[in-house]
Amino acid sequence: MAKEVVKTEKDDIKTPFKEFVRKFKKQKTALVALVFILFLVVLSFISYKIAPYGINEYDYSAIMQGPSSAHWFGTDEFGRDLFSRVICGTRISLAVGLFSVTIGAICGTLLGLIGGYYGGFLDSLIMRICDVLFAFPGIILAIAIVAILGSGLGNVVIAVAVFSTPTFARLVRSATLSLKGSVFVQAAKSLGASDARILFQHILPGAIPNIIVQYTMSIGNSILTASSLSFLGMGAQPPTPEWGLLLSNGRNYMMQSMHITLFPGLAIFLTVLAFNLLGDGLRDALDPKLSE
Amino acid sequence: MSDNILLKTEGVKVYYPVNNGLFQKPSYVKAVDGVDIEIKEGEVFGIVGESGCGKSTLGKAICKLIEPTDGQIYFDGQEIAKLSPKEMRPIRKGMQMVFQDPYASLNPRMSVHDIIAEPLKIHGLAKTKEEIDEKVIDLVRKVGLDVYHVNRYPHEFSGGQRQRIGIARALAVEPKLIIADEPVSALDVSIQSQVLNLMNQLKKEFNLTYIFVAHDLSVVEHISDRVGVMYLGNFVEVADKKELYRNPCHPYTQALLSAVPIPDPTAKKERIILEGNIPSALNPPTGCKFHTRCPKCMGICKEKVPERVEIAPGHEVYCHLYSEQK
Repeated sequence: MAKEVVKTEKDDIKTPFKEFVRKFKKQKTALVALVFILFLVVLSFISYKIAPYGINEYDYSAIMQGPSSAHWFGTDEFGRDLFSRVICGTRISLAVGLFSVTIGAICGTLLGLIGGYYGGFLDSLIMRICDVLFAFPGIILAIAIVAILGSGLGNVVIAVAVFSTPTFARLVRSATLSLKGSVFVQAAKSLGASDARILFQHILPGAIPNIIVQYTMSIGNSILTASSLSFLGMGAQPPTPEWGLLLSNGRNYMMQSMHITLFPGLAIFLTVLAFNLLGDGLRDALDPKLSE
Repeated sequence: MSDNILLKTEGVKVYYPVNNGLFQKPSYVKAVDGVDIEIKEGEVFGIVGESGCGKSTLGKAICKLIEPTDGQIYFDGQEIAKLSPKEMRPIRKGMQMVFQDPYASLNPRMSVHDIIAEPLKIHGLAKTKEEIDEKVIDLVRKVGLDVYHVNRYPHEFSGGQRQRIGIARALAVEPKLIIADEPVSALDVSIQSQVLNLMNQLKKEFNLTYIFVAHDLSVVEHISDRVGVMYLGNFVEVADKKELYRNPCHPYTQALLSAVPIPDPTAKKERIILEGNIPSALNPPTGCKFHTRCPKCMGICKEKVPERVEIAPGHEVYCHLYSEQK
């Protein structure tokens, strides 16, 4: 007997994702921000190939020159081409931002799920640790961690991850608490679902929208923190073309040649702004309470 | 209906502690206060009672969504009241629950297909994707839904359709017992009858046993074989449906049944209006819990908890009015 062909509708189903895309398309600013971020991502991959000069190509005949057709962003005190250095810095800043927030988000989400779902002593312990971390301003905490671990980009990633963890933990915990009591979680329990299945199939998807928004917002913040640490000399070490470090170098010559600080500063500013605007747009598109 | 006893409870209690203050002893809300029932394989046991009498709590305690404080529950001969959640998992295959609110009991982020496939995956009843698809489609048809819509999400369905999805999910593991916690009270009257008829039909097809919790007496009359009336955490009367509706013995049952509307405006009937409200389960009356509102209250009712009296085969009443007859 031939196998029965069952027809089901595949198209025109309002999946939660399609609904989100429809709403997100209405957020014009966020769309522009998204395009800019995508551009940065592409740039971070190809920057070393398209850079007109090497990042450590010294040219003592062209020191601290202003922007020109040969050097679009001008040159620094050793005659290195700033344009090449800024676009190559994209990779570092994005990588630091993405890595640190991803680590923070994963740790925070797991801690929040466990704390919220099991409650009791474990929950109190996790939340008190988060309270302690919250008590420090982010940058101070990051400086403290880098001071303990030593300077370097890897340690900056860890530092930023640690200070972004408690935000995620709190966020996910509150979502877990509200979903834990819902009837569909009870229904899953009565089906015999394991705790892991309940946590990851039923509770986590409900918290995902909040996590995505917080994730996007945190990236901007963590890029800024990482740059600040490099600016203070605790992150990337010279001659790495890290944006914060470029700013720090240019600081000495701000009166004579402000272009050395202007362009890296602009890069940081635009990147952080784009992530924050994208976060705003995602929040508006994902929050069912905000009317269109 | 066979004579095999599928589910038996002995003195099941569910107490919720209420803290009055740091240095005071916690008092307890006695939601279910020592319930003994026996449910035979293949029967539909209806539980009725007013809001807050503990009927839903009893249903949830039986399938261990709420841990019973005390007592034994025997399901298919096995004691389950003390089992840990992990030990309970394989047993849940034999006992499923249909929930009251079809809007809240389905995960809004899962498609109907995934919702119905979940129990199959949990209990490993279908391994490959094809097997799962086949079973899901079969179940969707059994509960009278259109297979065409199987990839949709719950919010696109009406209440009745969602309740059918809930029933399909419960049926997926081929359980012996289904605990239906007010499955139709959130639905329109016209849809109620459709869902009830579906449940009746599925019962015959899969040889199911139902525990049917409801507050609507006519719904219970329609579907049940036996009915238990609950008041403040205890049964007051348990009897076959016909016997109970024709010959209610406990004063509370009489009052409840007299409140059922008759669809005939000229019909005259005597209504028994109960005085006062249902007492607090935090501090229930002594003796027979119903004595504060009972029109036939006697001296003994205030002091002694009434024993079970079997006034006819299968007709049990917990009331002092009938204890002398024995």
